[in-house]
Parts: sequence; C-alpha cells; structure tokens
Amino acid sequence: MSSTTSTPPDFERFRATFFEECAEILPELDERLSSLHAGEVDAETLNAIFRAVHSIKAGAAAFNFGPLVEFAHVFEALLDKLRDDRIQHSEQVFNVIVRAGDVLAELVEAARAGSEVPRAFGADVAAELKELLAGTQDGAAQAPPVIPQSLSTQERGLRNYRIVFEPHSELFRHANEPLLIIRELKRLGDLNVECISSNLPNLASLDPEDAYLSFIFHLSTSAPYASLAEVFEFVDQDCLLKIEVLDGADEEEALEDSETLDDENEPKSAGPSPAGTGARIGIPSAVQTSKGATSIRVDLARVDRLVNMVGELVITQAMLAQQLSDQGGGQRHQWVQGSEELAAHTRELQECVMAIRMQPVRSVFARMPRLVREIATKLDKKVKLVTSGDQTEVDKTVIEELTDPITHMIRNAIDHGVEDADTRLAAGKPKEATIELSAAQRAGNILITIADDGAGIDRQKVLQSAIAKGIIREDAKLSDDEIHNLIFAPGFSTASVVTEVSGRGVGMDVVRRNIAGLGGRIQIHSIPGKGTRFTLVIPLTLAVLDGMLVAVGKEKYILPLASIVESIRPDQRQVRTVTGGAQVVAVRGEFIRLIPLHRILNVPGAILEPWKALVVVIETENGSKAGLVVDELIGQQQVVVKSLAENSEAVSGISGATILGNGRVALILDIEGVCGMPDRAAPLESCSEFQIPDCDNNPAMRAAQTSTNRPRASQPEEMRAGA
Amino acid sequence: MRKRVLTVDDSKTMRDMVSFTLKGAGFDVVEAEDGAKALDLLAGTAVDAIITDINMPNMDGVTLVQRLRAQPKFKSTPILILTTEGSEDKKQQGRNAGATGWIVKPFAPDKLLQVLNKVCP
Amino acid sequence: MNAALAAQIANTAPSAASSAAAGVKQFISFRIGEEEYAIDIMAVREIKGWTETTTLPNQPEHILGVMNLRGTIVPVFDLRRRFGMGLTEAAKSHVVIIVAVLDRIVGMLVDAVSDILTVDSSEIRPVPEMDRSISADFLAGIVSVNESMVVILALEELFSRTGNEKSLQEADEPQSLQ
Repeated sequence: MSSTTSTPPDFERFRATFFEECAEILPELDERLSSLHAGEVDAETLNAIFRAVHSIKAGAAAFNFGPLVEFAHVFEALLDKLRDDRIQHSEQVFNVIVRAGDVLAELVEAARAGSEVPRAFGADVAAELKELLAGTQDGAAQAPPVIPQSLSTQERGLRNYRIVFEPHSELFRHANEPLLIIRELKRLGDLNVECISSNLPNLASLDPEDAYLSFIFHLSTSAPYASLAEVFEFVDQDCLLKIEVLDGADEEEALEDSETLDDENEPKSAGPSPAGTGARIGIPSAVQTSKGATSIRVDLARVDRLVNMVGELVITQAMLAQQLSDQGGGQRHQWVQGSEELAAHTRELQECVMAIRMQPVRSVFARMPRLVREIATKLDKKVKLVTSGDQTEVDKTVIEELTDPITHMIRNAIDHGVEDADTRLAAGKPKEATIELSAAQRAGNILITIADDGAGIDRQKVLQSAIAKGIIREDAKLSDDEIHNLIFAPGFSTASVVTEVSGRGVGMDVVRRNIAGLGGRIQIHSIPGKGTRFTLVIPLTLAVLDGMLVAVGKEKYILPLASIVESIRPDQRQVRTVTGGAQVVAVRGEFIRLIPLHRILNVPGAILEPWKALVVVIETENGSKAGLVVDELIGQQQVVVKSLAENSEAVSGISGATILGNGRVALILDIEGVCGMPDRAAPLESCSEFQIPDCDNNPAMRAAQTSTNRPRASQPEEMRAGA
Repeated sequence: MRKRVLTVDDSKTMRDMVSFTLKGAGFDVVEAEDGAKALDLLAGTAVDAIITDINMPNMDGVTLVQRLRAQPKFKSTPILILTTEGSEDKKQQGRNAGATGWIVKPFAPDKLLQVLNKVCP
Repeated sequence: MNAALAAQIANTAPSAASSAAAGVKQFISFRIGEEEYAIDIMAVREIKGWTETTTLPNQPEHILGVMNLRGTIVPVFDLRRRFGMGLTEAAKSHVVIIVAVLDRIVGMLVDAVSDILTVDSSEIRPVPEMDRSISADFLAGIVSVNESMVVILALEELFSRTGNEKSLQEADEPQSLQ
C-alpha cells in the first residue's frame, strides 16, 4: 500500500502538538517516578507510568524518532510486565525505571531539538531494562517495532479465485457485515456472488442475529494475494473461509505468496498491508473542542490579546464613569446606575479573564524532584525534596519565569547549604537533608518558599568575600539581613571554585533581577547550623491593581491599596525630628518614619510640612512601617498596570504606570523601592534600622520601634484625619 | 449525510492525527480522552463508528468495547481498536470484547481511512 | 503640515523599503532651533502634536516624561536638551516624533518636522571633526540638501538602553529642590 496521502501533511505543527504533549506527560511521569522511588507502589501509579511511556512511544513512532522509539519500546515492555506483576517489585527495578525516565526525557528533548544522540546514550539503562525483561517468565522482550517492509504488492496477471465464505454469528457480534466484505471484494476486480440460503429457517424461528447465509465468490483480479487476504482479516476467526486459486498455470506462484487461511488458527503472522513508513499527518490550526472534553487548548497569544482588551475596557469604563460624574447627577441617575452596573460587570469580566491565564505551579514544581536527584547524586549528598501547595495558581507568564530562579536556588541549597553526610550526622541531623519547596497565596501575593535544613548562611564567610571583592568597605557595619542580601550582589560567590553544578555564572543577582522583573522580591531567613529559607514574594495579578490615587504637588501617583494601613493628618506636636534630619510621627505610641514624597520624587509645589499635609501609613514586606507624606488623597481606583519597562529605563521608586480616566499617565509607586530611596535632607542607611536618641528610654517605646508583624490589611483599616 | 466517528485516545497527538485524517476525508469527528468520557459523550451523540486506543486512564479500551457491546444501541456499531506492534494479547482481548477490527500504530493516514471504510457501511 | 506630511510618509514608507536596495535612502528631517536633523524614515511610526507628559522622578532633564500612546506608555525625550542646547519650552506647536528603535518605542520632542528627504547613500558624508556639541557617536552622517546641511542621527546609539542615559555635555544632576 503506498503512502501517498490525499491531503498534504502539515507535520511541523503536528510535531509541536506531540512535544507539547510530551511536555505535559514528562513532568507527571517524573512525579509518578518520584512516588515510586519514595516507596509508593500501587497499581494506579504503575499504570500511569506505563501509559505515559506508551503515549510517548506511539507518538515517537509516528515521527520516526529512532533512538527514542527504541528506548521507549524496551521501557514500555518492562513497565507492561511490571504492572501485570509479571516482574518482581524490587528496589533495583524501581531504580532502573527512575533512571530510564530520565533517559527518556533526554531523548525526547533531543528529538525536539533535532540533535544527534550519541549511540551510547542510555545504553547502560537500556541494557539493564533488557536484562530485567530477560529474567521474566515469558523471556526477552519482543523485538522493537521494525518499520514493516511492504509485502509483495506487485500486481500479477489476472487470476481467478473461488472463495467459500461461511460467516458465523460471531461475525455479527463484532459488527462485521458480509455486505461490506462483498463491497471490498468488488473493489478488487470482477466479482460473482453466489448466495447459499439453504440454511435459512422459516421466519418464525429466525434469529435475526444469527448467521444463516453463506457465500461462494468468484473473483477475477490482478491484485496481489495480500490484498485479497486483507479483505477477510477481521473476520477470519469468525467464519469458514476457503480461498482457491483456479488458474492452474500460476498456482505455484499464487501459493508462494499466499498463506493458508484457516479459521481455527490465529490470524496470519505476517501483518496485512504495511503500516507505512514515517507517517506524517498534519493537523488543522483551529482549536479542537469536543462535547466530552472538559478543557480546550487556546493559543496563548489569543489569551494575551483578550487580557489586553479587557484591560483597555477597564480604562475606558473608568473614563466614562469619570466623565459621567463630572456631568453631575440629578436627571441622569439612570446613567449612573447603568455606569455602576457596567463597572461591576467589567470587574467580573476582568476577574474571569485573569483567571484564564492562571495555572497551578505544579508544572514548575514537577521538574524539581528530578533536578534534586541529579544534583544530589552528582555531589554525593542525600537530599529529599518535599513540595507543597503545588496547586497554587499563578499567572502563566509568571510560571515561565519561575523555573530558572527556583532551579538555581535549589542548586545553591544543595551545593552550598546542605552539608555532607558525616557533618550532618555529627551535628545530630538526619543523614538525608530535606529541601522544602512550597507555594501559597497571601494578600494579593504568591509566596514561594525554598527552605533547607542545612548549615545556614555563613555570615563571616559572606562578609569576607564581599570585602575581598570590594563590594563593601572593610569597616562597614551590617545587620544580619544586610549580610544575607550581599549574596545578591553581582559577581558574588563564596565558592572558591564555582562548582560545575552551580556554575554557569548565573548568580543570585540574576535571580533577584528575574524576580524583580515580575514585580516581586526575595527575602532571606537563615540560622547558622539550622538552615536557610528563601521566600519569593510575587504580586498575584500583574495586570490589575487596587490603588489609591494621591496628589503630590501637581503630580498624581497610585499607591497599591494592599500596602496601605491607614492615613492620618497629624498635629504638629506628633511630628518630631530625629538626628540625621529625618522626621517621625507618633501614632498610638509608635514612631513611624516619615517619607516626604515630594523630596524623594523631586516634585515641585508640594505641601512641605507634614502637619499641613496627609500621611499615608504603609507597611512593607517585612512588616516595618513608614508614613508617606502626600498633599491629598484623591480616591480609590482600580487600575490597569501598564509596563513602564517596555520602553523606558527602570526608575527607582516606580513599579509601573497606568492610564487614568482622563487619558493621562499616572505612575504607580513601588513602596519597597520608595522606602529605600535616598532623602537628600535626611540621608539614612535603611528603613528598618534607625535610632531615635531623643526618645524616652521607655521599654514600651523600644518595643514599638521593632518591626511589628501585624498582618497587612488588604483594605485600609480606617481613613481618618488626626491620630 | 456525513458520517460521524468518535475517536478515543488519551494522547492528544493521536486524537489530532485521527481527527485531521478523518475530517479531511469528509467525516465528522468527536473526541474523548478515555473510555468513561467516551460513554458520557455517546449518551448524547450518535456516531457511525468508533476508533479507540487501548491504554487509557479511567477506562481502558477493552472495557469500553465490552460496555458498548453490552448496550443494544451499539451492537452493530463498527469499533476499531488502536494497537501497537507486538501487543497481540491486547489485540485479542479487544477482539474478544467485540471489536470489529484493529489498526496498528503508527499508521499511515490512508491506511486509517482504508480500514475505516472497510468496516463502515 | 502634519496631516499632509503624515500621509506622505504613510505612502512613501513601502517604497522606501524597495529603494533601499538601490542605495537610495529616505529620511524624515526636522528642525531644532536653527539646525536641521534627519532620521531613517523606516524608524518613524507616528508624528504627533505635543501633549503633556507625566514626569518621571529623578531622571535627567532631557527625559521629559512619559505619554500615553493609545495604551502604551512611551517615554518622550527633549532632543534640544539632549544635544545640550537648552530646554524646550514645549507648546502646542511642537511636535513629537514617535520612533521604533531597537526593542522600544520612544518619542522625540522637536520644534517642527520639515520634509521627507530622498538621498542616495553616496551623498551621505561622515561628520567632519569639527567642534560640535553633539557627541559623534550619535551622528550617522551629514548630507547637503538645498545648500544647507542636514545631520543624520544614529537612533540606535541615541536611544540604547545603557542604564541612565546621560546628557552629552556634562552629567546632569536632577534639579534639586529649594
């Protein structure tokens, strides 16, 4: 059978589907293999693993990815036996399987990239697989699928056949039909049909599902014998079939390439027509949906466009609402109601659309167990990875950006944080180190934690290294936090030889930049001897923000509502100046540092005295507070965050921009950034650390100075004037 | 009238292959990821033929064929099973369950059409 | 001027691509003070009348701020200031040329747009070693048009993202407040 297709194959797009599918299968496979490795062996897991490898093999065979098919075939064969309990479960078997999973993933990647695979690649694992197979009850694995040779399809001269065909009732139970057989035979040549109905009972005793008719066919055809045999391939077990060649002269020839069909035997051993070599089948680009499916695939570009359009809609709706309120109320209260409904619908539409792009972080987390295994093996350390919260959902664009940072930090943790087995035992720790990877949502952010129970950050070592590299001065006094943050300095690395594992010059500075690019930050918490915990804090929805519009001079800025605790109009008495020039405001016994935005942001024409202005108390990530001095609060507003970085250079203190109802651009303040910016009139080292020497030596006051771990309110508690 | 075929396979790549080939030949195609979803779909949709894989989660192909043949509605619906080279026992199981015929993976598009036409009235 | 010129630009742009092969280049020329400058027409996306920009804090003075270009936030540069010739007192009569450079879109505030120039590459001469106030890095060449000299700007150098873009004569301190 030739493989000319009626439709031109569009196989490039089709390959993409296969690799997309592999990209989904492989992490799940990895997860299952991890469970296996951890000792969770059950039928469901084994079946799932089998099916994963089976799917990959089937697809790979369709595209002729030789090495992949070969390996997958052996792998699948072993898994098949394993799930049927035809192989003894043992740690050795599971080990091989886990390694085979890794090899498979590599082969898929090579196939995807189109790169050559060295012949020896995976050969050791394959050999082990074969060995295990050989030890099973039914012997070695069957030969890998050879792309079948075509059977002789050469046309001979015209031949005459006499075919006796007696279907049994079984035939009907398979939904086969003599009529279809006849139709097929007709396609091969001249057909004469004789129907024998002598077995037909009278109507009363006729069972419509039983077989009573039989046939004698006389076929004159030049088609090869194989084609003839093929007509009966599905039914030959359910009938009496005799094929005779009538022409004496060519009989031997006919017998040469014929195989006797016996209704008692198994179907002929040589398959019918070849399956074709290298099937290339294309797929349409349209989205495929089916009534039974619970999900559809959509081009990400389409979703992005949808998100953008909804963003524009939000802005337009805000513009309308503003213009409407500018007109005044009164007679137009119907319009006002309509406008409010529009606002509500737009908000809901926005939430729905944002949700489309949300995906569980599982896809990122799923790659980690294999990574941990690889690195731990390379470094000869025993490490266990525990994940949690992998169903936490994050915007798709964030997911893609998370892999590298998390990968790097895990690498670091194993390389630098985790001690070798002896050291750990001596310290009373279990030989096997634990790395915890978790994700959680909190107050509009997603928190990703990477924690290890290793040695913690060696502060002395970090300090020395930073001094040696000229990152800080020798006599600099740094808090623990600040020392930890040194590891983010470009070019920093305490390893005297950057190990092969952590190397590649990636660096924690790149990690921080990646996270900053997502609008997030990294917190470090480390206890020497106990371990280290990195927390990535990333804002949840990148595109929409609940903000408070404030005025400073003639400029307007947006403050993220989630950061605002309260706003106050302080008395002059509440405001004090401290050494260094900074000002603080006393609020219910607490002293909060004032940040005059007009100075930080260089805005002319603003109100200078805090007691004539408004103080917006904000809370930073680590819980410390500051009071931003603004001229006035204009109002709460939901804004669509527009990227500033797309076309402009980064600006300190600004995290993005939005377009107000009047079409003007308003900048969105980066609270953390603003807190860290220099104030010309009052140079300070850092936000969390300042002395108040003229403060009463009162323990209560002291206590109030330290960071309060009050959970940040998502709505400001109160908006009031005066303390 | 266009004939409608149900393709059941947990591999999207496979479903796409079958779907594209069949649609190109003028068939209507509906898809399901596993046997259970196939049964659900069939409860509300009439089809003229079914092509199903064997290895699927939730309900494998052999069980699906059994369930279908147990329903009068599907007694004479042609059902083709997708098998891989060397899985004779699965093929036989499918047969025994009542499958009309089989196609070996990987298959050429026209082979698929040829087999389907063979069993489809 | 704007509408007609803009239409002209829209019509010429495609042919600019085809004539590029022949060694003929097209530019948009514009005026800042008494000087004439030109940029590759292929980079020009739009020509807009001046609208108010939102100031970016603590930036060099030649970065006027950002504007809303149909939903995209685009920075606007005061070219006069950029070339060290003083601040532009931006008014309605001024023009912002929106260009696409490298991976970004930026706006350039100029006094007025002059013309579309069609010039053979052979006519473009390197900028002479004169006492010019503009760094030679930003100049791609000079061409004579109707007796006057038009300086062709190298947009990629002018708007490369090399951290904080310094002005050319001296590093500007952001204006301090009194």
